[in-house]
Amino acid sequence: MSVIEVSGLTRTFRSGRGLVSRVRGRPAKEVHAVRGVSFAVERGELFGLLGPNGAGKTTTIKMLITLLLPTGGRASVLGHDVVAHAREVRRRVGYVFGGDRGLYDRLSGRDNLRYFAELYAVPAREQRTRIDELLELVGLTGREQERVEGYSRGMRQRLHIARGLLHRPEVLFLDEPSIGIDPVGARELRSTVKALVSGGTTVLLTTHYMFEADELCDRIAVIAGGRIVASGTPAELKQRVTSGSVVEVEVFGVSDGVLGRLHALPGVRTVTVEERGQAQLLIVGSDPGAEVTQPVLSCLDGARVGRVFTREPTLEDAYVELVSTP
Amino acid sequence: MSSARLVLVIWALQLKIRQRSAFDGLLSLLWPLAFATSIFLMFRAGDASGPALLSAAVGASVMGVWSATSTTAAGSLQQERRQGTLELMVAAPRPFPLLIFPVTLSMATIGGYSLIVTLLWGRFVFGIELAIARPVAFVLAVAATVIAIGMLGFLIAVSSARYRSAWALGNLVEMPVWLICGFLVPLSLLPDWVRPISWALAPTWGMAGIRAAAEGRSSVADIALCLALGVAYAGIGALISRRLLDGARRHATLTLA
Repeated sequence: MSVIEVSGLTRTFRSGRGLVSRVRGRPAKEVHAVRGVSFAVERGELFGLLGPNGAGKTTTIKMLITLLLPTGGRASVLGHDVVAHAREVRRRVGYVFGGDRGLYDRLSGRDNLRYFAELYAVPAREQRTRIDELLELVGLTGREQERVEGYSRGMRQRLHIARGLLHRPEVLFLDEPSIGIDPVGARELRSTVKALVSGGTTVLLTTHYMFEADELCDRIAVIAGGRIVASGTPAELKQRVTSGSVVEVEVFGVSDGVLGRLHALPGVRTVTVEERGQAQLLIVGSDPGAEVTQPVLSCLDGARVGRVFTREPTLEDAYVELVSTP
Repeated sequence: MSSARLVLVIWALQLKIRQRSAFDGLLSLLWPLAFATSIFLMFRAGDASGPALLSAAVGASVMGVWSATSTTAAGSLQQERRQGTLELMVAAPRPFPLLIFPVTLSMATIGGYSLIVTLLWGRFVFGIELAIARPVAFVLAVAATVIAIGMLGFLIAVSSARYRSAWALGNLVEMPVWLICGFLVPLSLLPDWVRPISWALAPTWGMAGIRAAAEGRSSVADIALCLALGVAYAGIGALISRRLLDGARRHATLTLA
């Protein structure tokens, strides 16, 4: 039996209506955040949910940790249905999210952990030892008596992780845990997550960072528009685009309409633009065997072109292709 | 035992959170004194003396308890929502009412402080003689009132978990309760239709019990009714909390929109 089983999970949000709209009988606006998502995560696996903002990653996690009720489909964690047996699920899972929220700023790091140790029913006789262990694990020993309001983003994130692990959860949900952390902090976070998985914890991770997913995840599901558009190991996902190639062109001033013309070129699969200071970087993915460099440069007629080079696709290219396909 | 520990630890940490802001601390100190000063001056201007002034002092002190609990109970859940800890409370395996109870209890504790400081302010600044005829009954009536007000705050706080705008409820009921529970003027001066509302509110009976004890009358029935209503609020809060939380999970109101 899989540790997490999700089948046809759906979540629709209905926006609130004002009094006038209610009286007039105007229907509420509906947003379909998750549309029939299905996947399974095995014990000890690190499973990644990868997708752009608004893809439905956090909504999916919130349904799995019982903070949101699904509007359709089924999900179970460790054999417990997330709707019917919410308390059983809550006992066994940990939840860590990224960002500044989720802590009591006026309390010290240690007091925050004491607070949540009570909430998560950590036995009184174990609390001190467990808190000390976790402070050591996340590198906050020596800073635990300071108020959280003085912590850096990275320290807060490490405290979040300690909080999520207080009750030794069998399954840990990490929702964009490395958001806003500096590269050193993010690297430390990744090694902590790897250590947890080595210790037998099952982890479901959401992230936008490709290298993070590539380095950590055993399997990945790419989610876009509330649907899973691809799943597999990082290598399998890369394989989906390795038969093509990627042309990167540095351009100073991409004019209107260029992107449309590039998309229309034969052999072009994807086109994205990244801002790079004064310049823009055009990233053009192409079909196997298609030679698109010259046609792409012709489309840029009039624009100042900098460096041009061709490379093999990365997981990020695979991701961009997957989430941009209508 | 573990539930008692939970309540104790969360209550202590919530008090710690509240006393760590200099601004909040100053407000907690000045707010009840500002109320009490206005009331004492009003009663003085009306040539009140003796028992009437004592009654004003007691009324003003219970006003402080009510204000410290009613407005902040709903506001505190909104604060938990804003800082992202409301979701963590709901995601915790402990029963939600058990987590909210110590939060409101910490507010009622601050209200208790407000009560004492108001009485002392009246005694030492305005020279109001605190001639309490039955001191033990007085203390019991005060404790019952603080607990019952805490329970009413709990009911308001539980509703705030479901409705994002329910924090306004605390502000809405703050001042009307001063009047309809007889904190400042006798209930007999209010219109007849208000009476049933007053009777359903525990502070009415708490206030009556405190006054009765101060004046040397029996306060047993008033204290009993005050506590019974407090227990009823707690029971209703606990019963509806599951339904309200399911509503919050269905309508996604645990976070700010």
